[in-house]
Amino acid sequence: MLEVKDLHVTVEGSEILKGLNLTLKAGEVHAIMGPNGAGKSTLSAVIAGKEGYEVTSGSITFKGRDVLEMDVEERAQAGLLLGFQYPVEIPGVKNIYLLKAALNAQRKARGEDEIPAPEFMKLVKEQLAAMKMDPSFLQRAVNEGFSGGEKKRNEILQMLVLQPKLVMLDEIDSGLDIDAMRVVAQGINSLRDPERGILIVTHYQRLLEHVEPDVVHVLVDGRIAKTGDKQLAYDLEARGYDWVLEESAA
Amino acid sequence: MSDEQTFLDKLQARNAVRGDEPTWITARRQAGAARFEAVGFPHKRVEDWKYTDIRSISRGDFELTDNAEFSPATAAALTLPIDALRLTFVDGVFSRSLSDLNSLPEGVSIEPLSQALEANHEAVGGALGRLAGIDFSPFTALNTAFTEEGAVIRLAAGTVVDKPIIVQFLSRANDRPVMSHPRVLVEAGGRSEATVIEHHAGEAEAANFTNLVSEIMLDRGAILSYYKLQEAPVGDLHISSLHAEQGRDSRFTSFNLTLGGALVRNDLVADLNAEGAETQYNGLFFVRGRQHVDNHTLVNHNAPRTYSNESYKGILDDRARGVFNGKVMVKRDSQQIEAYQNNANLLLSDRAEIDTKPELEIYADDVKCSHGATTGQLDEEAVYALRTRGIDEQMARGLLTLAFAGEVMEQVQVDAIAERVELAVAGKLPERFNLAGLVESASALGEE
Repeated sequence: MLEVKDLHVTVEGSEILKGLNLTLKAGEVHAIMGPNGAGKSTLSAVIAGKEGYEVTSGSITFKGRDVLEMDVEERAQAGLLLGFQYPVEIPGVKNIYLLKAALNAQRKARGEDEIPAPEFMKLVKEQLAAMKMDPSFLQRAVNEGFSGGEKKRNEILQMLVLQPKLVMLDEIDSGLDIDAMRVVAQGINSLRDPERGILIVTHYQRLLEHVEPDVVHVLVDGRIAKTGDKQLAYDLEARGYDWVLEESAA
Repeated sequence: MSDEQTFLDKLQARNAVRGDEPTWITARRQAGAARFEAVGFPHKRVEDWKYTDIRSISRGDFELTDNAEFSPATAAALTLPIDALRLTFVDGVFSRSLSDLNSLPEGVSIEPLSQALEANHEAVGGALGRLAGIDFSPFTALNTAFTEEGAVIRLAAGTVVDKPIIVQFLSRANDRPVMSHPRVLVEAGGRSEATVIEHHAGEAEAANFTNLVSEIMLDRGAILSYYKLQEAPVGDLHISSLHAEQGRDSRFTSFNLTLGGALVRNDLVADLNAEGAETQYNGLFFVRGRQHVDNHTLVNHNAPRTYSNESYKGILDDRARGVFNGKVMVKRDSQQIEAYQNNANLLLSDRAEIDTKPELEIYADDVKCSHGATTGQLDEEAVYALRTRGIDEQMARGLLTLAFAGEVMEQVQVDAIAERVELAVAGKLPERFNLAGLVESASALGEE
C-alpha cells in the first residue's frame, strides 16, 4: 500500500531523512518510534505534503501512485490522511463544514455524488458518540479553545468520518490523559481494517499498550535502524534507544 | 436649481399639505431646513465625507409617499423568522398590517412616531433630537426638516423584554424613487433589558433613499443589544446616524451588519456619560459589485472607568469600496478607561478598495487604549490544514473567508440573524470558492 524507498529529505539545508525505507501493507499497523530529532515527524509531514521539506532523492508510492507528484489535497482525497501532533486552530470554520467539505471532496474525487444532508448528519453523530464528543462540537470552530485532549479526539473523529485508506498519526498520544488516551485508542482500533494501513509515529510505548502494532520500526538519525514486532516497543521502553544506536553503529 | 433646492421644494410641498401640528415641531422643521440650506450636501472635500460620494443622493429626485402597500408574500419572505414584537415601515410609511404589536409586555411601549406625537407630543418632544442635533450632519438636518414617522420604543425601569423588538424597513420597487426620513427613538429605563433589531430589506428592483436618525438612551444599568441588519436591495441609498447616550453601568452592544444597499453610510456615536458604562461595537460588512459602505464610529469617554471595545470586519469583492473611520475620544479626567478598537478587512478582488482610519484622541493619562487595522491575508497554516483533509485550495480559502465573517457571527445572540448572514455571505462569495451547498440552514440539517 505504502512504499517509501531510499528517501532523503532536507529541511533548511540540513538533511533529516537519510535513505529511509519502509513498506506498509494493507491491514497492518506500524509504529515508528525513535528519539527526538530522529526525523519521525518529518516522515509523516513529507507524506502529507507539508511545504518546507525538500526531497532530494528517493520515492514514496501509495497504491502504485507517485505521492510526491500529488497536491496536498489530492493525497487526502486518495485516502492518505495525517493526524497532527499540534492540530491547527481555525477560528470561524465550524467543524461541521470542515467534515462535510472534506467528505464531499473525497467523494467527488471518486466520481460520487455529494452526501445528502440527513445521511451526513447520521454518520457524523454516530462517530461523535464513538469519540464521546458532544454534538455541540459540530457548531464550534475547528479546534478553537479545545483542550489538548479534545484536539486529538477531533483528529480521530475526522479519520472516522473520512475513513482514509492510510491513517498516519503523528504523536497523537502527546498531551493526553489516561481517559482521553483510552478514547483515542478505541477510535484507532475501530479503524483497523484488512483494507487499511495505519502508521503511528510516537515517542512513547504508552499508546501501543492500547493499540497493538504488527510492526515496530526504530528511526534513528534519518534511517530505520531496527524493525521488529510489538516486543521491540517494550524493549525500547525498558532499555531506551542507546542500545539501538550502538547496534546500528556496529 | 441647486441640488438642495430640489429637496427643499419637496419639503415645502409636504408642509403645505400637513395638518396642524405642535409649534415646537414646526419650529424644528424650520431650523432643520435652514441648517440644511446653509450647509448644503457634504462633498468630498469635507474630511468626514472624503471617501464617500453622495451625488447619487444629492442629484436624485425622490418623491415622498403615503402609501404603505406591500406584497404580503414578499414581506413574509423578507421578514426575519423570529417570534418578536414588530413595527414595519414601507418606504418610511407605517404599515399596521405588517406590524405585530399585540400583547405588549408590561412596561413596554412601542408605537409609530406619528401615533406617539398624536397621543402625547410633549412626552416625545423632550427626547427627540436631544442626541442628534441638526448640526451633526447635513443629513440629520434634512431628516429633522422632514420628520414625521418612525419608531418610538420605551422601556419602563426594570423591564426585561424576552422577545426581540424588530423595527423593519421595507423598500418597494416604485415607478419613481422614493425617499423617507425616519426616526428611531429608544428610551431604556434603569436596569431594563432588551434586544432591538433594525432590519432593512426590500424588493430587488427598489432604488429608494432612506435617511435615518436613531437615538438611544440607556438609563442607569440598562442593557441593550441593538442589531442593524442591512439587507436593502442593491439599488437602495442609505444614510443613517445612530446616537447612544449611556448612564452609569449601562451596556450597549451594537451589531452593524451590512450586506445590501448601493450606498450605505452609518455614523455611530456613543456617549459614555457615567462610570461603569460600556459600549461594544461589532461590525461586519460584505459588499461586492459597485456597492459602497462607509462606517464612521465615535466613542466619547466622558466619564472615568468607562469601557469600549470595537471590532469591525469587512469583506470586499469586485469593485466595491469600504470606509472605516473609528474614533475614540477620551476627555480630560476620564481616568481608568479602557478602549480597544480593531478593523480587519479582506479584499477578494484587485479592484476592491478599503480606506481605514483609526483616530484616538486621549486627554487623560491613566488609560488603556489600543487599536489595530489589517487588510488582508488568510492564515496559510489554516489553508494547509484544510487541504490535508482533501479540501482544495480555493474552497479552503472560501471556508476561511466565510470564517472571517463567522468570527463576528459567533458573537451574535440572535440565531436567526447569525444563520441568515452566514447563508447570505456563503451564497454571495465568488463561485471559485465552490461553497454552494456547504452551508445549510439548521432546518435543512434537521437540527431545529
